[in-house]
Amino acid sequence: MNLKDIQVLNEKETRAGFGEGAYEIGKENKDVVILTADLAGSMKIAPFIKEFPERFVQCGIAEANMIGIAAGLTVGGKIPYTTTFANFSTGRVYDQIRQSVAYSNKNVKICASHAGLTLGEDGATHQILEDIGLMKMLPGMTVIVPCDFNQTKAATKAIASFNGPVYLRFGRPKWPNFTKEDGSDFTIGKAQQLSEGTDVSIFACGHMVWKAIEAGKILEEKGISVELINIHTIKPLDVDAVIQSISKTKCAVTVEEHNIIGGLGDSIAQVAAKHFPIPIEYIGTLDTFGESGKPNELLTKYGLDTPNIITAVEKVISRK
Amino acid sequence: MLTNNELKNIASQVRRDILRMVHAVQSGHPGGSLGCTDFLTALYFHTMHYSTNFTMDGLNEDIFFLSNGHISPLFYSVLARAGYFDIKELATFRKLNSRLQGHPTTHEHLPGIRMASGSLGQGLSVAIGAALAKKLNGDNHLVFSLCGDGELDEGQNWEAIMFAAHHTVDNLIATIDWNGQQIDGPTNHVMGLDNLKAKFEAFNWTVIEMNGNDMDELIAGLDKAKTLTGKGKPICILMKTEMGKGVDFMEGSHEWHGIAPNDEQLKKALAQLPETLGDY
Repeated sequence: MNLKDIQVLNEKETRAGFGEGAYEIGKENKDVVILTADLAGSMKIAPFIKEFPERFVQCGIAEANMIGIAAGLTVGGKIPYTTTFANFSTGRVYDQIRQSVAYSNKNVKICASHAGLTLGEDGATHQILEDIGLMKMLPGMTVIVPCDFNQTKAATKAIASFNGPVYLRFGRPKWPNFTKEDGSDFTIGKAQQLSEGTDVSIFACGHMVWKAIEAGKILEEKGISVELINIHTIKPLDVDAVIQSISKTKCAVTVEEHNIIGGLGDSIAQVAAKHFPIPIEYIGTLDTFGESGKPNELLTKYGLDTPNIITAVEKVISRK
Repeated sequence: MLTNNELKNIASQVRRDILRMVHAVQSGHPGGSLGCTDFLTALYFHTMHYSTNFTMDGLNEDIFFLSNGHISPLFYSVLARAGYFDIKELATFRKLNSRLQGHPTTHEHLPGIRMASGSLGQGLSVAIGAALAKKLNGDNHLVFSLCGDGELDEGQNWEAIMFAAHHTVDNLIATIDWNGQQIDGPTNHVMGLDNLKAKFEAFNWTVIEMNGNDMDELIAGLDKAKTLTGKGKPICILMKTEMGKGVDFMEGSHEWHGIAPNDEQLKKALAQLPETLGDY
């Protein structure tokens, strides 16, 4: 495995991967029901709605009710997918998810687009950077953050046969698509190793996996051996994969489009602190809200761009 | 089919269970539990068709969701008396390692419970979702729900009420316990409900009103509600009850919302309620 060998197939929105996956799983599994809170267009679910109108539930701009309706649909064996932006999927309805979904152990799939800064121009009201933390704290909740179109599509299909509540987080912009088209490189709960290395472990999720690949390629040219691991399933975390990697590289950088408080970095650090303490640097937003701007401008301004990852790697290696 | 007198006897025993459960742990919510006792007794011993061989999916049976989860002692007593689990287990209410948690939960796998409730305002949405699932499954059984009147302060209910009418969820009978009381006082002081009937009708629901503490009226009301299902509109029963019903010194006051009787009060209360089926 080598970062140089990773080929970009095309640039597509991860949310479009959700839409395609939803349509395909709708064909395969007649229990899948899709709900939305007035965002069917943004969630790219028109093909599902057209083909399976009886299994589409329009909830209007009423997310709290949507979560409850979804919880109720599971009583009777349905597999409801709720769809809206990440902010309205989580922060707005936290107690509904906590009681009616997580504590009640309902087989609800909370599918959230427009997560993080890359939402862009709509600004901080819509750019949730706390949702991974909110969801991973709920007992029994599985948290998945796929990295590109193909992986989002694969995850969308995989969660239907995965019993239990799931939070599936993806985003708005077109983004390099590089994982396997058939999704065979995605398994819930299994970390995806993108390169083998010995000097540093980079753990990334979501859109930031691509940024980490870009950074890794430059670092490799500088002679730094990078082990890049895509943690698409943040919970349950693939603890063995993390320990195996950091016990070899002895330092790590975590990269996420999320507050460094409560996100992927915290999960990795907890494993390291318990099993194999090492220096860690964190790439993520620094306990701040976002703002309006173009996705890449925002990633640059908030320190989530390729050069930030390179700097963090060099720093963490120096701390070994 | 049980006679109304037999139903009243069950209700008397359920009220004894409630008081003894709450007294034993000196915590819990007797007021609303006693007020809704006649209703839940009628529902489980007259109206609903169900199997006590419990399955979460509840296919091909009527199912019930309790939204105002704090009246859990009532729910537990009725479920046990209906045969979902042994009445001896009522003695574990609110104790460590019990399936009878302070508020109902699926988490401990107590037969008869299909959702957690306690944080208010969520049950109606869940009941509507389950009613949609029944339609998708071609299952023509009904979904029943109960929520408190104070609980209607929660905005999620009004999202759900709008949704149910829009989606013609006409296999649902949602009952509101209209006792006019909430923790901080009468609902009209805390947050007025005003003309609740007009509100539901404005949302395009069919509304029935009944006295929830009169077994004859309850049976007639529930029977009528069932005849109104399947006609394109969700059904709401506005049920007038008295908090603390059945125990003279508890009746009609919000003071007994979340207070347990002491030894002497329990004795006085039980003296008013015949032990018809045997205490647990």
